[in-house]
Amino acid sequence: MKTIPVETTINGDSTEFLCNADESLLDVLRDRLGLTGAKEGCGTGDCGACSVMMNGRLVCSCLVLGVETQGAEIETIEGMAKGEELHPLQRVFLEEAALQCGVCTPGILIAAKALLEKNPDPTDTEVRYWLAGNLCRCTGYDKIIKAVQTAAAEMRSA
Amino acid sequence: MAFDAQAERNFKVVGTRVLRPDGIDKVTGKAAYGADISAPGMLHGRILRSPHAHARIVSIDVSEAEKLPGVKAVVTGADLAQPEDDAFSDVAINCLARDKALYDGHAVAAVAATSKSIAKQAIRLIKVDYEVLPHVTDVDEAMKPDAPVVQEGRALETVPAGMSQNVTTHCQFGHGDLEAGFAKADKIIERSFKTAATHQGYIEPQACMASLGNDGRGEVWCCTQGQYMVRANCAAALGVEESQLRITASEIGGGFGGKTSTFIEPVALALSRKAGKPVKIVMTRDEVLKATGPTISSSMDIKIGMTKDGRITAGQGVLRYSGGAYPNATVEMGAQAAFAAYNLEAVETIGWNAMTNRPKEIPYRAPGAPTAIYAVESVVDELCQELGLDPLDVRLMNAADKGTLSSYGPTFNEIGLVATLEAAKAHPHYTAPLGPNQGRGLSCGFWFNFGGNTCVSLNINDDGTVGVVEGNPDIGGSRASISMMAAEEMGVPYEKVRTVIADTSSLGFNDITDGSRVTFAVGLATIQAARAAIKEMCRRVAKIWDIDEDAVIWEDGCAKPAGPNAGTHPPMTLAEIAAIAGKTGGPIAGHHEVNADGAGVSFGVHLCDTEVDPETGAVKILRYTVFQDAGKAVHPDYVEGQMQGGAVQGIGWALNEEYIYGEDGRLQNAGFLDYRVPVASDLPEIETVILEIPNPGHPYGVRGVGETPIVPPLAAIANAVSRAAGVRMTELPMSPPRLLKAITG
Repeated sequence: MKTIPVETTINGDSTEFLCNADESLLDVLRDRLGLTGAKEGCGTGDCGACSVMMNGRLVCSCLVLGVETQGAEIETIEGMAKGEELHPLQRVFLEEAALQCGVCTPGILIAAKALLEKNPDPTDTEVRYWLAGNLCRCTGYDKIIKAVQTAAAEMRSA
Repeated sequence: MAFDAQAERNFKVVGTRVLRPDGIDKVTGKAAYGADISAPGMLHGRILRSPHAHARIVSIDVSEAEKLPGVKAVVTGADLAQPEDDAFSDVAINCLARDKALYDGHAVAAVAATSKSIAKQAIRLIKVDYEVLPHVTDVDEAMKPDAPVVQEGRALETVPAGMSQNVTTHCQFGHGDLEAGFAKADKIIERSFKTAATHQGYIEPQACMASLGNDGRGEVWCCTQGQYMVRANCAAALGVEESQLRITASEIGGGFGGKTSTFIEPVALALSRKAGKPVKIVMTRDEVLKATGPTISSSMDIKIGMTKDGRITAGQGVLRYSGGAYPNATVEMGAQAAFAAYNLEAVETIGWNAMTNRPKEIPYRAPGAPTAIYAVESVVDELCQELGLDPLDVRLMNAADKGTLSSYGPTFNEIGLVATLEAAKAHPHYTAPLGPNQGRGLSCGFWFNFGGNTCVSLNINDDGTVGVVEGNPDIGGSRASISMMAAEEMGVPYEKVRTVIADTSSLGFNDITDGSRVTFAVGLATIQAARAAIKEMCRRVAKIWDIDEDAVIWEDGCAKPAGPNAGTHPPMTLAEIAAIAGKTGGPIAGHHEVNADGAGVSFGVHLCDTEVDPETGAVKILRYTVFQDAGKAVHPDYVEGQMQGGAVQGIGWALNEEYIYGEDGRLQNAGFLDYRVPVASDLPEIETVILEIPNPGHPYGVRGVGETPIVPPLAAIANAVSRAAGVRMTELPMSPPRLLKAITG
């Protein structure tokens, strides 16, 4: 199969890659670019572990083709902290033990950040429905919801 | 190892909520899980699976696949060794079938190719000639004498003659005179229950990268709950020596028991040996659901007698579990756990395991207990309803306590059941008002907990910091709890300790991360290793001060003279001792090797309010509270996390999750869309109340906490739903169609 050249911006850096026509963005990120923070939990868009932002929109990168990202702005978990400084969501997740195994965490952080950009002051119910596309099997979601709210409050007062 | 007499001490580190050491990597995407590493020249492996529930494999033709450009190796069951030991042999045959495919999804062949897509194409070119055989997927059907036989000659000696060959295990537990007990009852209820198989549902599919040379030396990187278990299974399946295989456990993306076996590592090693290159295999979700995991499916009969004031006079249970296509002993744990919460004069449980054409059962959090206790707690609840008794008072009246002869044999030591029930009774949740179509349910839960084989090394570094080396994959924050216990014992700040998980060549044998054993057993071994290091440091200081070893004590991270008779030496800190270790005898370390017992059983009580929609059969969880005895909560956040996570897995089991097989014996819902685990919007807050009744078998009183919380939800929710709907539910899951049918008749 002939590979196709694609030009994108990933976490602010312009990035060029070659991929096959049938290759998902998730495979491109993980296998070609070494960005393994997004995880494949299902490959069918049901678990949200591969969540990334594409042109400001929350997507499952397993459902996006690599070639579709021509000219797109992609944000992944690897771009969330600024150098040593964690994003408030990352720090609060850590402080409030909102992760156990951590494999769903990158996707949930990306999704939660997208929520707070849209809605800086969500209700618990709004957080729960927004994150309904991100499966976590360890925590029962309780500490995740609370951590999102703590971070949201902190971000509002910042 | 006994509980410390000084346990009343004020802990400095244990019981605080420190940051976990692996946290930054996990919130920034840097943590390396099973599928996250690659090697130069690496090939991609892919497995061909049986589309049939039961079929004889007449022949496998791999020639077309081998010819496809990019394909570097193809293997079948013939490429694996045939271990003599049944347990190893079952694992090997489950990794690659030999004569028969035993279930839909059973692996029959595998390829390694230069790309994922070539590997995918190649498995389609493998031609398997199957002779399809009759199949059975239901446990009750499988026990009938004329049922299709899954495997021949596998029954244990305990199974009476004349039964179906599918029946492999028979067990019986209990004591007392049942007939006399039932004669004393004012009310006897006998019910039959069925529960569907559920999957552990870890978000990270099994993944590994393996390399094996034709000299028998190999390396495996994989997500597992036990690298030593992987080593043993791989060595047996490949016919190589354990010393020549080095297994490294990656970060693990959930397990819940599901990663306590081996599915792909021997296949990747076999492919690597043939291709001469490293091979990576990552399972798809469809493969995970079809061929790994699930828990048992069950069919159970429970009979309980009660006096009109609530005293249970006798309890009897018959459990029929299916652990899939292989012999399985999970029913023994179910039969032992069923009545464990009760102090009974007469009790009997009988267990049977029957093979079915389903994937090999793999432990799922408190394996065997949730279903058995669901059935018992449902009947207790119905008796309370019929007799007009308070279900919490009845449980308190009959609760097992210290000195109770348990339903499975041992006499209980200090246990926390009564205190846990009292906490539930005192909680505002128990008396909160309920609305129409709402019901409240409760259930006790029990798990044995486990100790097991454990090695820990603790190194005093020359800068005065401490390194702990342990051998159990950290599945929910155990590196934090181990570091905390080391810091507590050494008298140094938590930040001065780093705990790492060794590969199989770097530390002696450790049992898998299971049985809620790690914080208990690895913690215990860490404390002992710390004490050994402290003893050595005191010995060195005694030499420097030229006094008796016994005249030096360890306090607040320093060696000090024991009293005025020992002289007026200023304390020496750990850092000062470490800095001159080379001059006092060399590096300082402590280690401990143990087969830990005294794990201390664990009890929990769950309270749940539900609302039933009578028009759709949908259930909403309105409020949920978990009460559990943790012995000593080392890191309360992660203890709460276990309680919440276990409760929610139990909610999934009670309401939605099930393996659905068609008439053709094929799994119909092998994906997260149709195998529906709870999502955030399904759930309320999960409130937690931790009780601390010290375990006499651990120096700090720690008990395992991970498994008990999945036990009570099944009955707590079934009882709440039954009360809300006005009809007793006896089958799980209580999915909307099933509940609607029960309501509308």
